[in-house]
Amino acid sequence: MTGERRAIGLEAVKMRKVFGGLVALDDVSLKVPAGTFHALLGENGAGKSTLVKCIMGFYKPDGGQVLVDGRQSAIANPREAAEAGIGMVYQHFTLVPSLTGAENLVVSRPRGRQIIDWKIEHAALEEFLARMPFRAPLDRPVHMLSAGEKQKLEILKQLFLDQRFIILDEPTSVLTPDEADEVLGLLRGMTKRGEVTVLMITHKFREVQAFADDLTVLRKGGCAGSGKVTETPVDAMAKMMIGDTQIRERAARVAQKDAPVTLDIAGVCADADDGRAAIDGINLKIHAGEIVGIAGVSGNGQSALVEVLSGQRPMREGQLTIKGSDFVPSRQSMAKYKVFGLPEEPLKNAAVPNMTVAENIAFRTFDQPPIAALGWWLSAGPMRKRAQELIARYRVKTPSADAPIAALSGGNVQRAVLARELSGDVDVLIVANPCFGLDFASVEEIRAQIMDQRNRGAAVLLVSEDLDEILSLSDRVAVMSEGKIAYVEEIGKTDRATIGHHMAGHGH
Amino acid sequence: MDAGLALSTVIAAMLGGAIRVTTPFLFVALGEMLTERSGRINLGLEGTLVLGAMTAYAFSYATGSPWIGVLAAGCFGFLMGTLHASICRLPGVNDIAVGIALMLFGTGVAFFFGKPYIQPTAPRLPSISLGGWTGDPRFEQALQINPLFLIGIALAIFLAWALKNTRMGLVLRVTGDSEAAARALGHPVMLIRLLATAVGGFFAGVGGAFLSLYYPGSWNEGLSSGQGLMAVALVIFARWDPIRCLYAALLFGAAGALGPALQSIGVTQGYYFFNAAPYILTLFLMIGSAGSKKALRDAPGELSLTR
Repeated sequence: MTGERRAIGLEAVKMRKVFGGLVALDDVSLKVPAGTFHALLGENGAGKSTLVKCIMGFYKPDGGQVLVDGRQSAIANPREAAEAGIGMVYQHFTLVPSLTGAENLVVSRPRGRQIIDWKIEHAALEEFLARMPFRAPLDRPVHMLSAGEKQKLEILKQLFLDQRFIILDEPTSVLTPDEADEVLGLLRGMTKRGEVTVLMITHKFREVQAFADDLTVLRKGGCAGSGKVTETPVDAMAKMMIGDTQIRERAARVAQKDAPVTLDIAGVCADADDGRAAIDGINLKIHAGEIVGIAGVSGNGQSALVEVLSGQRPMREGQLTIKGSDFVPSRQSMAKYKVFGLPEEPLKNAAVPNMTVAENIAFRTFDQPPIAALGWWLSAGPMRKRAQELIARYRVKTPSADAPIAALSGGNVQRAVLARELSGDVDVLIVANPCFGLDFASVEEIRAQIMDQRNRGAAVLLVSEDLDEILSLSDRVAVMSEGKIAYVEEIGKTDRATIGHHMAGHGH
Repeated sequence: MDAGLALSTVIAAMLGGAIRVTTPFLFVALGEMLTERSGRINLGLEGTLVLGAMTAYAFSYATGSPWIGVLAAGCFGFLMGTLHASICRLPGVNDIAVGIALMLFGTGVAFFFGKPYIQPTAPRLPSISLGGWTGDPRFEQALQINPLFLIGIALAIFLAWALKNTRMGLVLRVTGDSEAAARALGHPVMLIRLLATAVGGFFAGVGGAFLSLYYPGSWNEGLSSGQGLMAVALVIFARWDPIRCLYAALLFGAAGALGPALQSIGVTQGYYFFNAAPYILTLFLMIGSAGSKKALRDAPGELSLTR
């Protein structure tokens, strides 16, 4: 297969998709010639996923057509897409966790013998891997692989199925910067040799500039621009993505000198659900007025650390101290020590979806006056009044304070939770992936709020999978790898590459 | 009776008892294992077992051939499994609730149609004598083995092989572990679950046939003593592996044979307590496996038990 020019080109013409009353795709056209690397940019909700799902046959478009190698093709479902040579690597892995890599590859073939002769299959797989630019372990169950290995296996699976047009949905969100460069670089090589064509959904300008030939930008379901990467500077890409949306200025970082330690995490160990150690001896001191960013590939213990700090996961060993006194996470002591948090996926972890916005905002205060009398008699009036104040102050877009919080968009759920957590005095703030899946305006708003809290003297622990977020917000950065802190450094004394090496566990 | 003789008598009786009692456990457990590997729990297998016992007895009586009875029991089990899967495919239906409903439905139907078959005697399944070489009548009697027991062992080995080495086995595991992945690969998830539940029901029906046609070997309303429900615990204990299902069924069978074995040497004290041994074993196994986070690591990802 190597060296053979067999990539296929694809063109989507005037694709249209309407969900209910919402126009998700408004006559979008996209042209990807054979053997090119095309980037599809856009904010969350801009229609990128809808477009590729229409191409893949997950959705039936309401208008437009798909041309494969110039011929009109009716692709009705993912199976027909696969037969046409179009494969997709999803953001959420579609490998089966309990099957080994080899079993995953063999079962993904659309046709095959009913009885599998593993001797022949293993030999064929070895021969296939020998032709591929990168490898992944095939003999272990997939749940034992790292995210990077899984991502490589996903891509290998598409190549194994002989797909020659590969769609990647945010492929590098789970990879370290080095792994991302490796995988994208190898795919880039394959497109140059004309072996495959790649269409990559992304929002990372750096990757677009380094690897893509052409780009198309979507905004609010329409095509906001397209062109050659070499002729499109980064600020032009950003302009196409955001349009004229007003972005809030972030407050400047106020210098803090010799601030005392507020949160002291000493030797904390905790177990994952399956009994294995999730975090193993975490030591970290966070000073007042400081943001400590925790970088790392997801699944290296960051969520367990946040869960321990917010009392959702028992601590096996270790000690938490806030301003010199012992801290055991519980509702009472969190109120006493002014500990607040923005967990990831706030609708799931910090809100009750079917309760109203007002009720959700009152979770911290419902048992105190003026909402509660005698500690148990709740009044709806003061609760709604306080909620309305906060909704206005934090610009939460909701039909009313009595709407269920699940009816709000992701950015507005995050703002409502922010309103609840940040409206009082904050000494410790624990934040995990606060901007995941949000639009630009919300992202800037939320980052500005976090910076405000820091400037007012809160100790902030920011866990994020987005290295750019860590680099732009933190005073100090810590890298978590396999449940341990692998590296701590002040932000001025480190750079992306060093952090990336430590994320991959090659720090030493 | 001296102590050595008593001990060997108990061992012989337990061995024979284990072999006899194991068979229904084994069939129901293999059926449940197959269903759960597809991502669903069928608690209705207790009902399927009782219905299978009644059907087998009725067909054996009517046709004079116990093997036609076994086949009929399997077919009715297949239908019960199909019913379970067809209801579960409707949106918003909980498989555990449907299972409980079908358990009551199965036993109810069996009791209703089984009334006329309590009195008559149907032809029973033959047994194979494998104990001639021991020269000991007690062991010869213990090693009177029913062909269904051997078929059950072969089935466990076959299933273990098939789950690893056939395309269907892999597809079944994909469906049970990740519905999203199965859909992305273009496999019909609901059809696979329907087939797995139906075939699981077939096995449970055959297990029921053993109850009425071999041991205890008659049809009455108190025939099943919860084997269908205990099989659910057994599958968890066996961590969804067919070969371990076989071992676990033997363990449950031996526990079930403890009471009668002790009675055979004249220990009658605590008879009911020893008869309760399988239930106590179930209880302790459930506590033991609930505490083990390792057990859940092997559980199929789509199972409502683990979510």
